[in-house]
Amino acid sequence: MIRAILLTLLLALPAQAQEARARFGAPGDTDPLILRTTTDIAVFGPTVRAYLDAHPDLAIVFEQWGSNDLYALSAAECAAGRPTADVIISSAVHQMIMLVNDRCATSWTSPATESLPDDLRWRDEIWGISREPAVIVYNRRLVPPGDVPQSRFALLDLLRPEGSLYAGLVATYDIEASGLGYLFAFMDSQEATTFGALMEAFARSGAVATCCSAEIIRGVADGTYRIAYNVLGSYAAIQATANPDLGLVYPSDYTLVLSRAAILPGRGTPRPEAGAFLDFLLSPEGQSTMAQMNLIMGSGALSLDATEDDAPASARLIPLSPTLLVPMDRAYEARFIARWRAAFGH
Amino acid sequence: MSEAPPGRAASLSLTARLALGITALLLVGGVTLAIAAFAYGRTAAREAFDRLLVGAANDIASTVSVENGRIVVDLPVSAFQLLALAADDRIAYQVRDIDGSVLTGHTDLPQPPRDAQFYDADFRGEPARYLRVTRRFAERAVSGGVDVIVGQTLRARTELAYDITRKALYGLAIGGIAMLALAVVVVRSALRPLDRLARQLAGRDPQDLTPLQTAAPREVEPLVRSVNSFMGRLDRQFETMRNLISDTAHQLRTPVAALRAQTDLALSETDPARRDRILDRIHKRSLSLGRLLDQMLSHALVVHRSGSARREPVDLRDIALDIVESGDHAAVAAGRRVNLDIGTDPVTVLADPLSLREAASNLLSNAFAHGTPPVTIGASIEGGAYLLWIRDAGDGPPAALRAAIGQRFLRSAAASGQTSGLGLSISKSVAEAYGGQLRLENRPDGFRVALVLPPEEGQP
Repeated sequence: MIRAILLTLLLALPAQAQEARARFGAPGDTDPLILRTTTDIAVFGPTVRAYLDAHPDLAIVFEQWGSNDLYALSAAECAAGRPTADVIISSAVHQMIMLVNDRCATSWTSPATESLPDDLRWRDEIWGISREPAVIVYNRRLVPPGDVPQSRFALLDLLRPEGSLYAGLVATYDIEASGLGYLFAFMDSQEATTFGALMEAFARSGAVATCCSAEIIRGVADGTYRIAYNVLGSYAAIQATANPDLGLVYPSDYTLVLSRAAILPGRGTPRPEAGAFLDFLLSPEGQSTMAQMNLIMGSGALSLDATEDDAPASARLIPLSPTLLVPMDRAYEARFIARWRAAFGH
Repeated sequence: MSEAPPGRAASLSLTARLALGITALLLVGGVTLAIAAFAYGRTAAREAFDRLLVGAANDIASTVSVENGRIVVDLPVSAFQLLALAADDRIAYQVRDIDGSVLTGHTDLPQPPRDAQFYDADFRGEPARYLRVTRRFAERAVSGGVDVIVGQTLRARTELAYDITRKALYGLAIGGIAMLALAVVVVRSALRPLDRLARQLAGRDPQDLTPLQTAAPREVEPLVRSVNSFMGRLDRQFETMRNLISDTAHQLRTPVAALRAQTDLALSETDPARRDRILDRIHKRSLSLGRLLDQMLSHALVVHRSGSARREPVDLRDIALDIVESGDHAAVAAGRRVNLDIGTDPVTVLADPLSLREAASNLLSNAFAHGTPPVTIGASIEGGAYLLWIRDAGDGPPAALRAAIGQRFLRSAAASGQTSGLGLSISKSVAEAYGGQLRLENRPDGFRVALVLPPEEGQP
C-alpha cells in the first residue's frame, strides 16, 4: 500500500500561489479527488493516507495554498462557474463562510455531518473538522518561568514598563498577509476590550508582525523573538515536541479555538467521493488520525463532540456562522487593518 | 355470491354514519385548516423575520457616519448576529453612498422598486427578501440619503410556516381521533334505549298486547307511543273478532234452534193447511235470520273499517243522495218512498264514506221497520256540528232500548226478533269512530236520529 502511494512534492512556481502539491493513492486513477487546503502536507498528509488505505482505487491530489490566495482562486472559480477542486479545507473560516454565502459550495448531509454541533456547521454546506487553540508560544531559555504570561493581562503587564525586556521581541501574525491572523485578531476584537490595550502595548513595545506560523515558531525557537502571540497551537505543538525550548500557554482569560472549515465547492450534487472523504474526516477514525497530528488538541473538552457546556469556560470556539461575514466586509477590513497598521507602525 | 333480499338490505349503522360524517367533516376541516394555517404561518413567519431585517438594517444604518467629509460605515457584528437567528439563511447586504455608488457589501444586489421598503428578489439564485432603509444626512459636506439594503433567503421563514401548519394539523388529528372515539361512545349510549326496547319486545309473550312500560328518551318516545298505539289497535281488533264470533254463535243458536223445531213440526204435520202456516212462519223466521246476518256483517265491516280505513273528506249530502238513489231500503220496505232534505252548502267531514253509508242505511231500515211514514233523510249543519239524519213521524224506540244502545249489541235483539237495537249500535260505533256521537231526539215533527260529526277542519 505504501508503495502505491506516489508522493510528488512540487515547489510552488512564482506565478502560482500554490505552495506545494502532492499526489496520494492509486497511480491508475485518472480522475483523482482534488483537495485544496491551507494545511501543510506534512500535517494533513497522514490523514489523507489513512483514508486512501481503505480506498485503494482512489487517488487524491493534495494542493497546499496560502489562505488569501486560496480564497481568491475559489471565489474566481465560483464566479466563473467552473470549480476545479472537490474539497477545500481552510483555516481562514471567515473566507469559507463568504464562499458558502455566495453559493459557491454544495450541500452534503450524512449521519456524520448531522452529529456535528450547530456551531460547527452551517446550511449543511460548511463543516468544522478540527479543533486547534490559538496559543502563546515562548522560548524557555529566554523567558524565566515567573515571566511566562498565562493570560493576555500578564502579557500586557510584561510589555507595560518602559524599556521592557521584551520590547521588540514579541511577534504575532501579519494580519494583511495571513487570513488566519486576521481572523484571530477579529475574534480578539470581539471577545474583550483587552484587544485595544494589547494593540497599544504592541505598538509601544515595537512588536513584530510577520507571516506564517512556521516562520514565527522558528523565530521563537532560535531566539529572534521571545514570545509569539496567537500562534496556531497545532503547529506549535509539533515543533514543541521536537524542540524542548518551546513552551505553550493556553491563555487563561480565554483561548480561541479554531475549527478548520471544509466545503465542497460547486453548485450541483457533490462528487460522492468528496462527500465520503468528508464523512471520513468527521468519523472517529479520521478524528483520531487528525488528533495524532495535533489538529484536534486538548482533552475531551476540546474534541469535536464536546458541547459548549462541558468545555472549559476559557475555550472560545470560533463558530461557523454568517457573523463571520463582518470581517469579510471591505470597509470593515480596511478600517481594521488601518488601525492595526497604525499600531504596528508600518 | 349471495344477494341481499330486495328492499330489506341492512342500512348503514348510525355509528358508521356518524363516523363517516365526522371523518368527512375532519377532512374538509383539515384541508381548510391546513390552508388557513399555512397562510397564517407564512404571514407570521414573514412578520417575525421581517423584524430581523428591520433590526439589522437599522443597526447598520446607525453606524453610518460622516468622517472628513466622507460617508463611512463601521459594520456592526450585532446586525449579523441578529440575522444569524435565521440559522440557515444566506445574508445579502449593501450600503450605498449618496451618489448611488456602493460603499460596501455585495455589489450585485437586485435594486429595489421605487419607494419600496420591503421587496422580494433572488439572491444567488435563491428567493430572498430585502429591506431598504435610507439614512439621511444634512451636513455641510454631505447632504442626501445613504441606502442600507439588507436581504435574507427564505429557509427559516418557510420552515416556520410549515412548522405552524404541521402543529395545527397535529392538534386537529388528535382532536379528530378524540371526536371519533367520543362519537362512537355517544352513539352507543344514545342507542341503548332502542336496544332495550327491542329486547323487551322480543322477550314478550305473543299474546301480550299490553302497552310497553319502558322509560324512553324524548326522541324515542314517539316510537314507543306508535308501538303502543299499534298494539292497542291490534288488541281491539282481536277483541272485536272474539266478540263477533261469540256473539254470532250465541245469536244464531236460538233462531236456528227455533227453525229446526218449526221444521220438525212441519215434517210431522199432516194437515196441509196447518203445514202451510208453519212453513210461512219458517219463511218469516229465515228472512229475519237473513237480515240479522246482514246487520252482523255490516257491524263487523264498520268496526273493522273504523280501525283501518283511510279517512277522506266526505260531503254528507252525497251520502244521503246516494242512499235515496240506490234504493237499498226497497228490500226492507218495498214500494215505500223516502224524502230527501239537503241544503246548498256542502257538509264535509273527514270519515270513511262506506262506513257512513252503512250506518245511514241501517238507520233508514230501522225507520221503515219500526217507525211511522213519511221517512226523510237529510244532511245539515246545526250549531257547528255536521249532521246526517233520518226522521219519521213516530215516537221512536222504547226507553229500554235507547238505554241499551252501546252495550254488547246483540244480546237480546235476535232472540226477540227485534233488530233495531243492532242498527243503532252500528250507527253509534261509526259516529264515535269519527269523533262524533249518535243523537236520538223527539221533535214536534216526529222522531229523528242523527250522526253528529265534527266539521272537516275541526279534525285533528
